[in-house]
Amino acid sequence: MSITFSINGESRTSSAAGFESLLRVLRDDLNLPGSKNACEQGECGSCTVLLDGALVCSCLVMIGDCEGTDITTVEGLADGDVLHSVQAAMVAEGGVQCGFCTPGIVVTGAHLLEQNPNPSEDEIREALSGVLCRCTGYGRILEAFEKLSGSYQ
Amino acid sequence: MDFASPRDLNEALAAKSAAPDAVFLAGGTDLMVGVNLAHYRPVSVIGLRRVEEIQDIGTERIGAGVTWARLEKDSHRGLAQAARTVGSPQIRAAGTIGGNIGTASPAGDGLPWIAALDAGIELASSDRGKRVVPWKDFFVGVKRTSIAPDELITGVVLPDEVPEIEEFAKIGVRRAMVISTVNCVVMRIDGAFRVALGSVAPTPIRVYEAEAMLNAESSPSVEAIAEFGRLVSQEVSPITDHRSTEAYRRHAAGVLAQRLVRRCLAA
Repeated sequence: MSITFSINGESRTSSAAGFESLLRVLRDDLNLPGSKNACEQGECGSCTVLLDGALVCSCLVMIGDCEGTDITTVEGLADGDVLHSVQAAMVAEGGVQCGFCTPGIVVTGAHLLEQNPNPSEDEIREALSGVLCRCTGYGRILEAFEKLSGSYQ
Repeated sequence: MDFASPRDLNEALAAKSAAPDAVFLAGGTDLMVGVNLAHYRPVSVIGLRRVEEIQDIGTERIGAGVTWARLEKDSHRGLAQAARTVGSPQIRAAGTIGGNIGTASPAGDGLPWIAALDAGIELASSDRGKRVVPWKDFFVGVKRTSIAPDELITGVVLPDEVPEIEEFAKIGVRRAMVISTVNCVVMRIDGAFRVALGSVAPTPIRVYEAEAMLNAESSPSVEAIAEFGRLVSQEVSPITDHRSTEAYRRHAAGVLAQRLVRRCLAA
């Protein structure tokens, strides 16, 4: 199949068979390995991307279903060398240990703040429920997100 | 591989009629797990992303293509509560009520609500048009339904009666991203309680004997509610598997049903 879609503002075409996951195509064919492959069943959230504005696990998106869609991966968040505010906050607060879940956390944070610039702690915890972090215990990730919330004092 | 992207329901049904082996794809949250982990290789897929006819939430019908994320915000109370507990935000943004029905897992979190309400499953095919199957005749076994090979699940048809109160809850090993060990809906319609549970039988079930006992009480006492819970535990038929044991599920079913009845009575 030939499937054309927009990734991080750039038009790309995949010649995958069609049944493969978007995640596999991102990593193996399009040289975008930021989205991580771990569980391949939607549990860990390390492969989280935005698909037409919706926060989804790219491992559960069939590439054949991506024709004409608009996809943002973690690689598309920074503006050149200027980090996205969520990336900067994760660095500043030490929200990263092994880093494997970080792309999913960062895309989730960017989506959360776009939808709701003033998330409460509960709303942040809810948003983070879809990305498993086995290192940090989430404490510093939560602090990074809280400092980005417009309601932070 | 063929991937069809029909623009409306007729096109989707025609595509299935032309390629009987084709599989329908909605949110992909079940289907892609098969591709990724079980080496499932579909030869023909019909994507439902653009089919408008299955996207509405109404008082008479909920379209099969409605995602959990939308049900969580815009739906009937009990179904919204159930939607809120499905997977994670990512899963809820993709997964649909129609997919939950089609997969027909005993643990499907949307299914007890359908059973409690006595809703129907709307199916459509190119050759025979639409039909509505009562939920009891639709779910026939573990991940088995009475859908015909050429049919698509197009919606849930809601009865005229509207619940006065409806409550959903589930028990799992943690609060987020968890498959139900037991799930339960209690609703009251025309003053009568209806109780449905999941993960405690091959299909979602109603506990009719426990309902009858409870409905014989005009104002159920603490003892009556406890007796109701015992009947629920007796009436379910759970198994022991990797997620829980028969004994725990039996106990949890009774506890959960009692808790939801108390919530309904307190409302």
